[in-house]
Amino acid sequence: MSQSVKNIMIVGVGGQGTLLASKLMGKAFVEKGYDVKVSEVHGMSQRGGSVVTYVRYGEKVYSPLIDKGEADIIIAFEQLEAARWLAFLKPGGILITSTQKIDPMPVIMGNAVYPQELLSEIKEKDVEVIAVDALSLAVEAGSPRATNIVLLGVAAHFLGFDREVWEEVIRSTVPPKTITINEKAFALGFAAKE
Amino acid sequence: MKTLMLGNEAVARGLYEAGVTVVSSYPGTPSTEITESVTKYDEIYSEWAPNEKVAFEVAFGAATGGARSFCAMKHVGLNVAADPLYTASYIGVNGGMVCAVADDPGMHSSQNEQDSRHHAIASKTPMLEPCDSAECLAYTKLAFELSETFDTPFLLRLSTRISHSRSLVETSPREERPLKEYKKDVMKNVMMPAMARLRHVEVEKRNEAIRVWSETSGIHTVEYNDKKIGVICAGTSYLYAREALGEGASYFKLGMVNPLPVDSLLEFAKNVDQVYVVEELDDIIETHCKKHGIDVIGKQLLPVCGEFSQSLVREALTGKTLPHVSVDKPIPPRPPVLCAGCPHRGLFTALKKLNLYVSGDIGCYTLGAQAPLSMIDTCVCMGASISGLHGFNIASGSEQAKKSVAVIGDSTFIHSGITGLIDIVYNKGLSTVIVLDNSITGMTGHQNNPANGLTIKGDPTTAVDLEALAHAIGINRVVVVDPFDLDATRKAVEAELAAQEPSLVIARRPCALLKTVKHKPAMVVDTEKCTGCKSCLKAGCPAISVGGDGNKGRGTAVIDQNQCVGCEICSKLCAFHAIGFKE
Repeated sequence: MSQSVKNIMIVGVGGQGTLLASKLMGKAFVEKGYDVKVSEVHGMSQRGGSVVTYVRYGEKVYSPLIDKGEADIIIAFEQLEAARWLAFLKPGGILITSTQKIDPMPVIMGNAVYPQELLSEIKEKDVEVIAVDALSLAVEAGSPRATNIVLLGVAAHFLGFDREVWEEVIRSTVPPKTITINEKAFALGFAAKE
Repeated sequence: MKTLMLGNEAVARGLYEAGVTVVSSYPGTPSTEITESVTKYDEIYSEWAPNEKVAFEVAFGAATGGARSFCAMKHVGLNVAADPLYTASYIGVNGGMVCAVADDPGMHSSQNEQDSRHHAIASKTPMLEPCDSAECLAYTKLAFELSETFDTPFLLRLSTRISHSRSLVETSPREERPLKEYKKDVMKNVMMPAMARLRHVEVEKRNEAIRVWSETSGIHTVEYNDKKIGVICAGTSYLYAREALGEGASYFKLGMVNPLPVDSLLEFAKNVDQVYVVEELDDIIETHCKKHGIDVIGKQLLPVCGEFSQSLVREALTGKTLPHVSVDKPIPPRPPVLCAGCPHRGLFTALKKLNLYVSGDIGCYTLGAQAPLSMIDTCVCMGASISGLHGFNIASGSEQAKKSVAVIGDSTFIHSGITGLIDIVYNKGLSTVIVLDNSITGMTGHQNNPANGLTIKGDPTTAVDLEALAHAIGINRVVVVDPFDLDATRKAVEAELAAQEPSLVIARRPCALLKTVKHKPAMVVDTEKCTGCKSCLKAGCPAISVGGDGNKGRGTAVIDQNQCVGCEICSKLCAFHAIGFKE
């Protein structure tokens, strides 16, 4: 097992912008000289389904996947998805989750129940939980679509680089028109953890 | 400087560097981004073909003409292209030709889990299998060299985790390849029985020569560590095994998976105590090893079905598992759904009350099979909705034709629906076929197609006129409806079902995700009028749910203002006029 490899999972609902977060991370880790693998979901699952992206970096990365009990950090865009993928976190690992809830179709149709008090149950487990209302902060920054950058702002506390590194990666990657909104979203996310 | 590239982007980069000039493909997850990435390189002609058979034949024709050429497809696409593949293998190439085929272990986006190595073996076509983006680039270039050296098309086997994972790649400049001279050679290029009998002998000799070359070429890599366990593997399986077992095992990583080596595998087996074969999907390497007297453990420990991972390999070979936490409450599934504002939702909602047998096809609209729409009876393969409906109706009698329809997307109709429709007309069938024309190939992520009037690069071109096409093959009854107009759509379909001849209904409205589509504002619920009856939920829209404390605690409809694009389908299902636009 490659102990030196760090594992980050980004989970959410198709269409929430999980791919941009993984792209930014991949770029930053490459610039810092790490071996990197980023594994994405394309195709059918994108249509409002549960989506997961794996980001792995270290001296040498073999598998593109992260498996149960292997993730150092999970960044969840939605509570139910945080719970669904929790088993992939190492005991003692960090869960950063948006408090947003999106009902899946079986819940909308009344064939299943969206579990109540999910976060309080997760907080009792052997994991560190940081829950933020990322959607509201994104709206405050100027667009609900900036949720991904708010969460990256929170995660920046645990990813080992100065915040300037992330701000530079954001500026050089997102469309020029959205730089101001994304910079603000990052700052709000970063402040939410402090 | 190394850059992070998807496996698919790295294949495209390999095509560029190898001097390829012609690329023709049909989109299919997980292969699509190869050809999309090719469009960045102006030196390469690229196109979307109507289907994989055409794409393969275009690429093979270009290779015959002396160019380096390429086509890409998903695993089931190679079934469509199998016909030219099996004979192209006999003919060989002039300029080099490579066909990439992307398997989908775990079926993330596919209707079956077939292992494309079987096609390589059956068609006697050599196949390379990279394990990361760097190898995607390197093996693509190598495949062209080998294609020209050994006079054969080459297959490049990818899989979801190779195609859709980003890893580091070092790029090189392009090497231009001047067009090779075409020389007429009937004995080599015209496959009639007399010539093909001679070519088959050459194919057998060629593949033995490739096998001999592969033994010492360095295409296979051997890593000796602890020699108690020796693992034979390729592609993704190598990554999982190497991750799971580290230096606690030795590895024979196959770079070429057809033809498989013999001598070097025997040598590896001699040097380790116990040999395991770790391979996703079928037991092809294992069977090969056993045939050559190598005592291996494979599928008795590892599954045939589903995708592998490092944990799966670790647990199977060592019995070790990792500790983890989990939530005790049951977590409801989150299946993919039709997007808010999807025109397919309109069609299915309009037809819901007609209690039809719906012969389905491959595309976003297959999601209409799920609750609450529950509208699809069958889904087999590209085009099967139309031919399958004809067979169903022939078997069940003419009354059945009044209670059944086929639904097929515009791109799928062009791909292989037209021949089925001709079959219905020619053989005096009565079936009603509905083309869901959303002006794009949707499920694979928005590719232009012959019916939308745009090329792969977005340039205007001649669009197939679906109405004229239907008339030309002998369909008299062709009607066009807007699927958001639920009443008109239902009435039109009812009229065509009653007709004593075949009909084509075109449900035409562009995909809601197209940037050119202008949306209305999000709708709102009048909580005074809403009774919480949940009729609006029957359309299965992800933007609407019933909740809150209104309506004496029973809850009212709630519309997600971020998702709703104002398609008005839910409002048409509301008997209390509780859903509308803000005043």
